[in-house]
Amino acid sequence: MIVYAVKVDKLVKCYPTAVAVDGITFSVGRGTTTALLGGNGAGKTTTLSILLGLLLPTTGAVRVLGEDILRHRYRVLPKMNFSSPFVDLPHRLTVRQNLLIYARLYGLTDRRERIERLSNDLQISAFLERPAGKLSAGQKTRVALAKALLNDPELLLLDEPTASLDPDTGDWVRSYLEAWRARTGATILMASHNMSEVERLCSDVMMMRAGRIVDRGSPQALIDRYGRTNLEEVFLHIARESRDVLVPVK
Amino acid sequence: MSRELRLSAGRVWAMLLRYLYLLRSSWPRTLELLYWPTLQMLIWGFMSQFLYANSSYVFRAFGVLLAAVMLWDVLFRGQLGLSMSFLEEMWARNLGHLFVTPLRPYEWVLSLLSMSMIRVLLGILPAALLAIPLYQYSIFAMGLPLVAFFAVLLIMGWALGLAICGLILRQGMGAEGLAWTVVFTISPISAVYYPVSTLPSWLQHAAWALPSTYVFEGMRTVLFSGIFRADYLLRALALDLVYLALGTTAFFVSFHNARRRGALLQMGE
Repeated sequence: MIVYAVKVDKLVKCYPTAVAVDGITFSVGRGTTTALLGGNGAGKTTTLSILLGLLLPTTGAVRVLGEDILRHRYRVLPKMNFSSPFVDLPHRLTVRQNLLIYARLYGLTDRRERIERLSNDLQISAFLERPAGKLSAGQKTRVALAKALLNDPELLLLDEPTASLDPDTGDWVRSYLEAWRARTGATILMASHNMSEVERLCSDVMMMRAGRIVDRGSPQALIDRYGRTNLEEVFLHIARESRDVLVPVK
Repeated sequence: MSRELRLSAGRVWAMLLRYLYLLRSSWPRTLELLYWPTLQMLIWGFMSQFLYANSSYVFRAFGVLLAAVMLWDVLFRGQLGLSMSFLEEMWARNLGHLFVTPLRPYEWVLSLLSMSMIRVLLGILPAALLAIPLYQYSIFAMGLPLVAFFAVLLIMGWALGLAICGLILRQGMGAEGLAWTVVFTISPISAVYYPVSTLPSWLQHAAWALPSTYVFEGMRTVLFSGIFRADYLLRALALDLVYLALGTTAFFVSFHNARRRGALLQMGE
């Protein structure tokens, strides 16, 4: 049994004008919900993209579900999935058509049953025949989640899963994810800017700044370590530590 | 069939289904597929009727211009059909979703090629059938050579399409316009409506480096003298293989570079 869902060693991603990820090493235990926190440009999305195999690192090793993602990504891709509110499903296809296509891409044979089950669970049955582009933000998020759960992933990567949702829908999505993870024992690795979400969902938090992991621990451990009252204050403390190099605006 | 092969075929079919759903979702797009080939056929049909009485060239074979325009459309629609399906993914910013699934890039390419063939048939078959009652001309009377001409031009269209898609992957959506324009730069030297001998001698060398030139020259030989030039076909197929290899390489190298640059998540309008 592999203990780690994700194991990253000395990962570096350089672009011609910037270092996006600067030699990070971390692991994510199976069955946990872990957050990558950091300001814009901290390297969270770059890290997630590398884990998904969408982006090639400059150097470093990445093992996902026991496989080297750089060499054997097709062994592991059927066992993982991804959801982001910033990457919409094709607008002109209906929700059902989109889900059917992704179910086929994952080689699922019980496509209609799975879509039926997920539609009921995520309450999207009412708009299955509607074009994906004509959904509200909350509906899109639930549809994207349905797509991400089609293949019963062992590892789910989420990029700001509740961004642009109203508090009620955001809370609904968080509850769903909590229940889903508890039921399946899957691993969730998420990038988020929503501190209360992270405090509620995650047992482990990695704080990123300028492509590096600058601290790590449970939400409560981080709050205690920095002598703050909540994770948002910890986040601001860490984010602002880097600002001393900026020239103040006059 | 092995399990892996079956899964692979399933992924190609999934992508093909996606493009068919897209086509079905918009009747103006379906109509547009039929519109241009039919309009071209009408214009060149009337032109042929006029020239039949006024030109010894067309008098020798009434269908020489009609066959040329329809075969040219195979090349044009073959390239455009592939590029359009590719661009659908760019416009939808869908690469980030597609390539976190087990879909391999070559499976995507196979679905693009299949869709290109479907688009060509959907566009050209109605025009070719309509020419029969309108002008009493059937391109199908060419027989088996027509199948060979069709295959050579379609493969050349794929090669061009893949190279253009590679360029878009490399340069971004700023290069999108190439999908509509590049093919027309080879039209004058492909000798679509006139013999290669019409071109200046220095340009004839370039013309004979294109598979399309052999098709249009071969087509005229079939129509004027009933002779099928197998040597033309073999040279055209050999050139097709070279261009297809170059186009495929350009596409896959660009795809790999897009993964290195992180463009798969960002690429779009």
